[in-house]
Amino acid sequence: MGIQIIKEQCTGCSLCVKVCPFCALTMTNKKAVIDYDKCTLCGACVDSCKFNAIDLKRDSSKTPNIEEYKGIWVFAEQKKGVIQSVVYELLGKARDLSEKLGSDVSCVLLGHNIKDKAQELISRGADNVYIVDTVELEHYLDEPYTKTIVNLVRKYRPEIFLCGATFIGRSLISRVAVKLHTGLTADCTGLDIDEKEKFLMQTRPAFGGNIMATILSKNHRPQMATVRHKVFKEAAVDKTRKGKIIEEAIPKTFLTSRTKLLDIVEEITSTINIAEADIIVSGGRGLKGPENFAMLEELAQVLGGAVGSSRAAVDAGWMPYSHQVGQTGKTVCPKLYIACGISGQIQHLVGMQSSNIILAINQDPHAPIFTVANYGIVGDVFQVVPLLTKKFKATLNR
Amino acid sequence: MDYLLTEEQVMLRDLCRQITDEKITPIAAQLDKSEEFPWEVVKVMAESDIFGVYIEEKYGGMGGGLLELCIATEEFSRGCAGIALAFSATALGTDPILLFGSEEQKEKYLPSIAAGKRLAAFAITEPAAGSDASAMQTTAKKDGDHYILNGTKHFITNGGEAEIYTVVAMTNKDRGARGASIFIVEKGTPGFTFGKKEDKLGIRGSATRELIFTDCRVPKENMIGKEGQGFLIAMKTFDMSRPGIGAQAVGIAQGAFEASVKYAKERKQFGKSISSFQGIQFMLADMATQIEAARALIYASARQIDAGSTKTVSKDSSMAKLFASDVAMKVTTDAVQIFGGYGYMKEYPVEKYMRDAKITQIYEGTNQIQRNIIALNLIKETSKS
Amino acid sequence: MNIIVCIKQVPDTTQVRIDPVTNTLIREGVQSIINPFDMYAIEEGVRLKEKYGGKTTVISMGPPQADAALREAISMGCDEACLVSDRAFAGSDTLATGYTLAMAIRKLKDYDIILCGKQASDGDTAQVGPGIATQLDIPQVTYVKKIEDVKDNHATVERMTEEGFEIVRTSLPCLLTVVKEINEPRIPSLKGRMKAKKAEILSWKAIDLDLEEEKLGLKGSPTWVSKIFTPPPRPKGHILEGDPEETTTKIIEALKDRLI
Repeated sequence: MGIQIIKEQCTGCSLCVKVCPFCALTMTNKKAVIDYDKCTLCGACVDSCKFNAIDLKRDSSKTPNIEEYKGIWVFAEQKKGVIQSVVYELLGKARDLSEKLGSDVSCVLLGHNIKDKAQELISRGADNVYIVDTVELEHYLDEPYTKTIVNLVRKYRPEIFLCGATFIGRSLISRVAVKLHTGLTADCTGLDIDEKEKFLMQTRPAFGGNIMATILSKNHRPQMATVRHKVFKEAAVDKTRKGKIIEEAIPKTFLTSRTKLLDIVEEITSTINIAEADIIVSGGRGLKGPENFAMLEELAQVLGGAVGSSRAAVDAGWMPYSHQVGQTGKTVCPKLYIACGISGQIQHLVGMQSSNIILAINQDPHAPIFTVANYGIVGDVFQVVPLLTKKFKATLNR
Repeated sequence: MDYLLTEEQVMLRDLCRQITDEKITPIAAQLDKSEEFPWEVVKVMAESDIFGVYIEEKYGGMGGGLLELCIATEEFSRGCAGIALAFSATALGTDPILLFGSEEQKEKYLPSIAAGKRLAAFAITEPAAGSDASAMQTTAKKDGDHYILNGTKHFITNGGEAEIYTVVAMTNKDRGARGASIFIVEKGTPGFTFGKKEDKLGIRGSATRELIFTDCRVPKENMIGKEGQGFLIAMKTFDMSRPGIGAQAVGIAQGAFEASVKYAKERKQFGKSISSFQGIQFMLADMATQIEAARALIYASARQIDAGSTKTVSKDSSMAKLFASDVAMKVTTDAVQIFGGYGYMKEYPVEKYMRDAKITQIYEGTNQIQRNIIALNLIKETSKS
Repeated sequence: MNIIVCIKQVPDTTQVRIDPVTNTLIREGVQSIINPFDMYAIEEGVRLKEKYGGKTTVISMGPPQADAALREAISMGCDEACLVSDRAFAGSDTLATGYTLAMAIRKLKDYDIILCGKQASDGDTAQVGPGIATQLDIPQVTYVKKIEDVKDNHATVERMTEEGFEIVRTSLPCLLTVVKEINEPRIPSLKGRMKAKKAEILSWKAIDLDLEEEKLGLKGSPTWVSKIFTPPPRPKGHILEGDPEETTTKIIEALKDRLI
C-alpha cells in the first residue's frame, strides 16, 4: 500500500480520524491505524496531520517541460454563434487568478463565422482570443473539437484551462484531459491560487455530500477544471479593452468526425431553464397534486423566475424531469430559491443549498429544509404562496 | 423474528418488498379512490415471475408452495391489500385446478397463470348462499358433452378482470352439498356475462363483481374432479387458502404498524415526540407482539401444508385466518388511534388499512364460521382419543 | 451485437444523514448500491440485447464487494459480469479509472456499444465515460436520452442539451452515456435473481490486464486531494410562525430590496 503511518511521529491527536471520509482510520494505543480495506488512498488525512506522520507515496509522472506552461485559458463555448454566459463567469474568475499569477487570460473560440465574437470576449477580460473558424466546427462535435483544442494546447501550453460544466463542456473537456494526460476537476465551486507554489486550488463538494475537497494537479499541465453556471460572477464589460485575436488554421485531417449531427431540436418551454434562472420557485410533495403547480408558476412569473420541483413531485408525475432539482436532477444556485412544500431530503438539499438566499415554506417546523433556509415560513403553502404572489406583485409593481 | 426462511424465500420476500415499495404503495391511495384495477402492477408481478411462485416448475412455475404464496401476499398487502388481491385471488381461483385438476387441465391452464398472462377467480358465493354454501342456486345441467350453467354468483374477487373462473354449481340439487360440482369457465364463453361492480368499504383496488350465467355451455372436460365433489373441493381449497387470507391480514397490520411507529416518532406534543409516552409505547408493543404471533401461526400452518401434513389442516388454517384477521382489525384500529385526528383523515394512510382489514374477518368464511370449524374439529379430535 | 455496460458501486446517499452537531456525513450503516444513473445503462444494455440479439456484459472497477452490484446487473438480464479489482487501483482519479476500465474492455475484445450512466452519484464528475471512449479511441455520445436505432454499423441517438436535444448518428463501436429519461429500469425477476446468485463472475486483477504500471491508481492520477473541510454551516435562518398575513409581509420586507 502506498500509505502508512510513521509511528514515531504520530502523537495520537486523532485529527486524521475525524477527517477520513471513509472511516478507515482508528486510534489504537494512541497511534493512528489504517484499515486498508476501507482506505481509498484519497489523501484527505495527509494534509490534516500537523506532524507529518502520514506518508503517502505519489511518485506520479510529470508533464515534460512543465515550467513552460503559462497563462490561463477559457473555452469560449458558443451555440449558434452566441457565447454562453458561463464563459463570462469563467472570464471573471480567470482575471482574478491571472492577477495572482501575473499571467494573461486567453479564450479559445471554435465555430463558423464567429470572428466578430472575439471582441466580446476581449471586452469581458480576455487578453488573447484564439479562433478557429471553419465550417466543420459550426456545431459542437466531440472529435473535431477535441483534436483542435489538444492541438492548440500543445502549441501554446497554457498553465490553466477552464471550461463551463455544460453538456458540451463536460463531454469535450473529459476527452481533452485524457488526450493531454492531465488532471481535471469537475464542478469546482471555488478556484484560487496557492500563494507559495502557484498551484491552482480547485475546491468542489466531494464524497457525495457536504464535505468540500481542495484538489491539486501539481505535476501536470494544464490544470483543468470545469465550473457550473452561476457559480462565479460574470466579468463586467469594458468596451475599451484591447486584446489580440489570433486566427489558427487546423489541418483538415483534425476535423473529421465519426459522429454526425443530424438535427437540433429545441423544445419550447414557457419556463426558463432552471439551471440558468436567477429565481426558482420549487414545489414538492406538499403541493399534493400537479394542478397546484400553477400557483408556483404564478409566483415565478411575478418574480421573473422559473419553476423547479423535488424528486418526489417528479416521480409522482406532477412535473417533468427537466424541472427536478437535486442529486438526480439539476444542481442550481440561483439568487433566490423558494421551496414550497418540500421537506428537504438530503438529495434535494445538495442540489440547491448553494443558492444565495433560500426561503422555505412548510407546514412542519421540523422539516429539514429549514436547516438550510435563510428565511422560513411555517404554514400552509396553499395560504402562504398566493399571499406572497399578491404582495410581491404589489411591492414590485408587476 | 427469524423464520428461518430459505435463501430463495428471502429473495422472494425482498423482490415482493421492492415491488410493493416502488409500484404498489405509491398508487395505493389513488386506486382506493378510483377503484381502478391495478393492471400496471399485475404486469410487474408477472414479469417478476411472481404469479408462478406456488405452481410446479413443470407448468412454468417456480416450484414453491403455500409459504411462498403467503410471503408474497403479506408483502403486497403491506402496501395495499386491494392490489395484493389481483395476485392472491388468482391463487384462490387456481387452487381447485392445482389440487384436483386433471393433467390435461393443469397443462392447459397453469402455464398461462404462472406466467401472469391470465388471472383467475374462484366463484362460490351467491346472494342467498354466503356461509351456507348448500343454499346455492346456480345449476349445471348435463347436456351431452356439455353442462349448461344458469345462475348468478356475486362478490367475486377479480370478477370481470380474470380470464379463468372456477365456478361451483349444483349438478344435483336434491343431494344438497353433495350435489355440487366445480367447472372451469373461461371469460368469453357464450352465456357468461358480468353484472354489477361492487362499491366497497375497503380493498377498493380489487375488482368485486357479479358473474351471470345464462344457458352457458361448458364442455364436460372442464369439470374439476368428479360430479358431486364440488363442495369437497371447495372446502379443501379453503383449507389451502385461509393462511393466505391470514397473510393478507398480517401484511395490512404490518403496514399500519410501520406507519404508526414512524408517525409516533415524528409527531410532537407537549414538546416531545409522542413515542416517548408510555401510553403510545404500550400500544406499539402490543401491536408488534400481536403481529408477530399472527405471522408465526400463518407460517407454521403454511409450512405444515407444504410438508403434506393434512391431518389437522382445517382447524389449523382456520386458527391462522381467525387470529390474523382479528389482529389486523385490532392493530389497524389502534393505528388510527395513534394518529389521532389525522388518522381519521383520508390524507393519511391508516384509515385505509382499517377499512381494508375488515374484510379479512369476513371473506373466505366469516370468523364465526372459522370458530365453528375449529370447535367441530376439536370435538372430533377429542372424541377419537 | 455485443454490449458492455460500465457500472460503479456507490454509497446509497438516500440513507446518508448529516450529523447535526458535527455537520459531517454519518456513513455508518449506509448500504452500497449501483450508481442510480448506471441502472439506466444496465436497462438499456438489456433492452438493446433483447431487441437486436447478442450479449450484454457488465463491468465494474471497485473493491471485492462490488461483486454484489454485478450480480444485481445480472439479475436484471445482463449475461456476463467482470470485476476489475486490485489494491493497485486504489487512489485512482478519473484519468486512471478510465484507463483501467478501457484496458479491461480491450481484454473483453468484441464490443459494439459501451454504455455508462451519465455520471456517478458520489463523484458527479461525468468524466469516466468520455475517458474510456478516448482511451479506446472510439466516438462517444453523452447524455443520450433515446437510442433510435442501431443498423448498418451505426447508431442514431438523441442527445440531451440545455435547450432540448440533438439527433446524432455515430459509427460503431461507440460509447454512450445515458440519462434518466432513457428508460425505466426493471425490477429484477425471481428467475433473474436466482440466476444472478449462481452466476460466475470474471475477476481480473492488475496482472491480468496489459497495463502500464505508472498509469494506475495513485501513480496514474494527476489530481490529488490536498485538503478536505466541512463548509461552515449556514447561519441560522429567520423562521417565522403564525398568521400568514403577518409572516408573508415580513418576508416581503426582508426580500424586496434584494429583488429590485
